Amino acid sequence: MIAALAPLSFLAQSATGNSFDVPANVVFYIVAAFMVFAAIRVVTTDNIVHAALWLILVLSGVGLNFLLLQAEFVAITQILVYLGAIVVLFLFGIMLTRAPLGRADDLDNNMRPIGVAVGLLLTAVIAFALIRTFGNDSLTFEAYAGSQAVAGNNRTTALANEIFGPQLIPFEVLSVLLTAALIGAIVLARRD
Amino acid sequence: MDPLLSGDVGLAEILIVLLKVVVAFAALLIGVMLMVWFERKLVADMQNRLGPNRAGPFGVLQTLADGIKLFFKEELSPQNADPFVYRLAPYLSLIPAFLVFAVVPIAGNFSGDNDGVVTMFGHETLMQVADPQIGILLVLAMSSVAVYGIMLAGWSSGSKYPLLGSVRATSQMVSYEAALGLSVATVLIVAGSLSTNLIVDGQAGGRWNLWMTGLVPFVVFLIAGTAELNRPPFDLVEAEQELVGGFHTEYTALRFAMFFLAEFMNTVTMSAIIVTLFFGGPSGPSFGLDGWFADYVLGFGYFFAKLLVFLFVFVWFRATLPRLRYDQLMDLGWKLLIPLALGWFLVVAAVKVAIDTTWNVAVVLGVAAAGLLLGGMLLKLAIRSGSEHRTDEFVGGDR
Repeated sequence: MIAALAPLSFLAQSATGNSFDVPANVVFYIVAAFMVFAAIRVVTTDNIVHAALWLILVLSGVGLNFLLLQAEFVAITQILVYLGAIVVLFLFGIMLTRAPLGRADDLDNNMRPIGVAVGLLLTAVIAFALIRTFGNDSLTFEAYAGSQAVAGNNRTTALANEIFGPQLIPFEVLSVLLTAALIGAIVLARRD
Repeated sequence: MDPLLSGDVGLAEILIVLLKVVVAFAALLIGVMLMVWFERKLVADMQNRLGPNRAGPFGVLQTLADGIKLFFKEELSPQNADPFVYRLAPYLSLIPAFLVFAVVPIAGNFSGDNDGVVTMFGHETLMQVADPQIGILLVLAMSSVAVYGIMLAGWSSGSKYPLLGSVRATSQMVSYEAALGLSVATVLIVAGSLSTNLIVDGQAGGRWNLWMTGLVPFVVFLIAGTAELNRPPFDLVEAEQELVGGFHTEYTALRFAMFFLAEFMNTVTMSAIIVTLFFGGPSGPSFGLDGWFADYVLGFGYFFAKLLVFLFVFVWFRATLPRLRYDQLMDLGWKLLIPLALGWFLVVAAVKVAIDTTWNVAVVLGVAAAGLLLGGMLLKLAIRSGSEHRTDEFVGGDR
């Protein structure tokens, strides 16, 4: 949901500058519009597997946005983790329990107005926060040439140096947190 | 990073990239065609049969004949099927299979400080379609995206056997992906880069990752890779005696052909990935040669020879090994391969640190082994005390 709302922050921006900025911004708007559409379809479609498929499109849109920011590693991690693991497990769970083909009427209930209100409220809050923070910033897509190429294009290396250098302690703390969650899941699932 | 794209990009660069894409696409398709024939012929030999021998010399055109036949057959779709997803699934299977091949270096001279760079029409480039920074992660990502094709094919067919097949496929592929990823991580520790070009370059001069990582990651990768491909002895996904044809039971004509193509294409690309990760890809002795012969002929020759070995191995597996039972499959993946790959990963990482900081490697190895042993014993203790306190709900069987 949050991912689908992020594009709103850049509603008022102008794309000028050197040659790659304009195409990057155009692609961004196309991807963003598509993500909003897919996100709406996730909650309005009447088949639960179709909802998961629309969710895949939203999440790949996030991956594409990371590519537009020239963060290849984050983009591929997005694909690996969300598409490759999380939605696969969603679908697997759905298929193990029940996965009806065609329309399912029990996917909807009479709480729809409240849901719409909460959605709009969240949209407003996030849009306000993002527009206040970023204002009229637009994407800059830098092309590296000549001797810049090696230094500028090695963002994956830079990210690795950052994680396993200055950010090592937070990284380890997060790993311990994930391990704790894993052990907690095992404890809950096994009735010893 | 491909040296072709590091400077200004003009028409010549775009044309070279296009040429590489077309050549890789065509080579992969022809390779798959020959692989289908190779497999059928070899399995026939191992089962004391003749195999295809009518179309073309030695039956080499059999795949083409089958393809044309499938192309002209009627497309049937079951009454209960979900029409859109049913049509989408074969593409979801085929496209990731194509994309993986883009990061495989298939030729180039890796001796000296050539780093696999070849000169094509006066421009320096690499003999692979793309060399992104994330390199090998693309392979892992595509192998997890490929799960969708099989999963959705089974679901959208609106029939019981395909659904059972796709549920089996998903749990199998998700389980073995972990072992696959962990053995790749061991290679990455030794190589120090995600880029496939740099991984191959690091193995030039016979420093193959096969022995640089100590053999175990290769064995784990080979087993997990076979399971990931859903090939025998891990073909529970389409176990004919139980599930008719598994996830593609309801598919006919061109859509079935796409699944068939994707399966064999994945076999070829998985072999290519094994060669790239563990056997130095197209690197090999250049005998002091230089120029186009060393770049194209020798490089591709080494790559193809290594590739052929693994294509043979996969066919050999299929012809000789009986299929695993489902609990054996899960036990092998979760209880043997993942702990083994993880433990080996930790040991290799410890040795790497020891070498980098000039500590005594033997002492570090001893401490690492002792730590792993202690951890293993604690885990054993936890499992035993867990099973002793288990409630009656799970009594029966030793799981």
